[in-house]
Amino acid sequence: MTISDIQRGRIAYRRGKAIRSVLLAAGSTAVVGVLLVFAVTGSPGWDRVKGSFFSWKIAKQSLPAVLDGLWLNIRMLVVCALLALALGLVIAVLRTLRGPVFFPVRAMATLYTYAFRGVPLIIVIYLFAFGIPGLRLQGTPNVYVLGGAALVVTYGAYLAEVFRAGIESVHPSQLAAARSLGLTYRQTMRHVVLPQAVRRVAPPLLNDTVALQKDVGLVSLAGPIDAVRAAQIATAENFNYTPYIVAAVLFVLLALPLIAVTDWATLRAARRQNAGS
Amino acid sequence: MLLEAKNVRKLFGTTVVLDDLSLDVDEHQVVALIGASGSGKSTLLRCVNLLEQIDDGVITLDGEDITDPRADPDRVRQRIGMVFQSFNLFPHMTVLENITLAPVRVHKRALPEAKAQAMEWLTRVGLADKAGSYPDRLSGGQQQRAAIVRALVNSPRLLLLDEVTSALDPELVGEVLTMIRDLKGDGMTMVLATHEMGFARQVADQVVFLDGGRVLEAGPPAQVLGDPVQARTRQFLARIIEAGRL
Repeated sequence: MTISDIQRGRIAYRRGKAIRSVLLAAGSTAVVGVLLVFAVTGSPGWDRVKGSFFSWKIAKQSLPAVLDGLWLNIRMLVVCALLALALGLVIAVLRTLRGPVFFPVRAMATLYTYAFRGVPLIIVIYLFAFGIPGLRLQGTPNVYVLGGAALVVTYGAYLAEVFRAGIESVHPSQLAAARSLGLTYRQTMRHVVLPQAVRRVAPPLLNDTVALQKDVGLVSLAGPIDAVRAAQIATAENFNYTPYIVAAVLFVLLALPLIAVTDWATLRAARRQNAGS
Repeated sequence: MLLEAKNVRKLFGTTVVLDDLSLDVDEHQVVALIGASGSGKSTLLRCVNLLEQIDDGVITLDGEDITDPRADPDRVRQRIGMVFQSFNLFPHMTVLENITLAPVRVHKRALPEAKAQAMEWLTRVGLADKAGSYPDRLSGGQQQRAAIVRALVNSPRLLLLDEVTSALDPELVGEVLTMIRDLKGDGMTMVLATHEMGFARQVADQVVFLDGGRVLEAGPPAQVLGDPVQARTRQFLARIIEAGRL
């Protein structure tokens, strides 16, 4: 394909403009960065803050214990996220059931989402981890399971609402098409509504999973030592806050892949919508 | 008589949408419903497919009262195919998956057999190369033809077509109409709501003019479209001619 001189000129102009933009962005970023560094390191208390928050020695010392705690966070996150997603989906579907037989199911599912979106997670953890063993029943599970259950029950309520929003966003004409083919209500949900609903709400679902990742640590209130609790112990031992910074960095690193996936899923959903599907 | 509607009434709130409407459709017959927007064409089709509940009257299919609340609507719909104005293909499924969903899930056919039959149909309507595509990759005309195939693979006794060309660009209307004409050749019984008067004249055995939820005039296309008895029908047709649609 031959390119006309006019088009060649346009391409050259656009390329020049792109290079200028990159240089400008780099320049302004450098200026802002230098200003920030000056503002922080130039402050009167910087030396003390540096010593008590950014001590390389203590960071290295506390890392193994914090990593140990983080391993608990990761395991609980994976298990709790999967269970909460499953619970949320079930509750959301129960809330869409019609017919008088299902009234109690519907009512209970609704009550559940209302209640557990309202109660602070910390209180749910206390109730589960201390209240349930207090019943002195045979075979009461350990604190990890109870704390995890508190997380699942709380996040299940949030996720149920996200799923429900997704289910309601599927256009009625899709239901009409499915029913007109002779599919039952259940088959319509399973093959037509839910697949579209879940795809549509994937970004907010993942977002809630990122939030869960941070809240998993709250089970430490009931005893288990997670990354934050481990950092707190290390901080108390050294009279130095560096372990918190270590834990914070580790949490950010842990969240990055999930956040990246969320952004990617959001972008893809937006593109699909723009494609007019 | 394949389909018989007797004194059907349908209300939306207090608005009367279908008013004492009666209609007979014989086997292998094509009936075209015409009339202005809001005259009840689409509502009648949706009532026949039990997507809407009627408020009075009776609709029978093969002599069976399908408006009896004891009748299982899913079993009734298995015998009726419906095609919508906006196609309503399932966007998360390929064309082939759209078409095989009901045969496999509702009619409990084996997947390979359902696929083979779907491919046969797609080949016939010139969409074989689109089997693996998602609906948003297809033109409107292609989507509508796929939607018609989706209804046909269930071997319905009756096919309902709800303004199936209204959402299409003018140059895509022809391919869909050709397909419907071929179906008439196959002997398919069809009720179609349409604004394509020229097409109704060619393909319909009976044209029914609806006005305000009532059958105002019904008969052979040449009579209803060419020499209408009712003033209201003449007025409607005059407006259509003015708009260049006849």
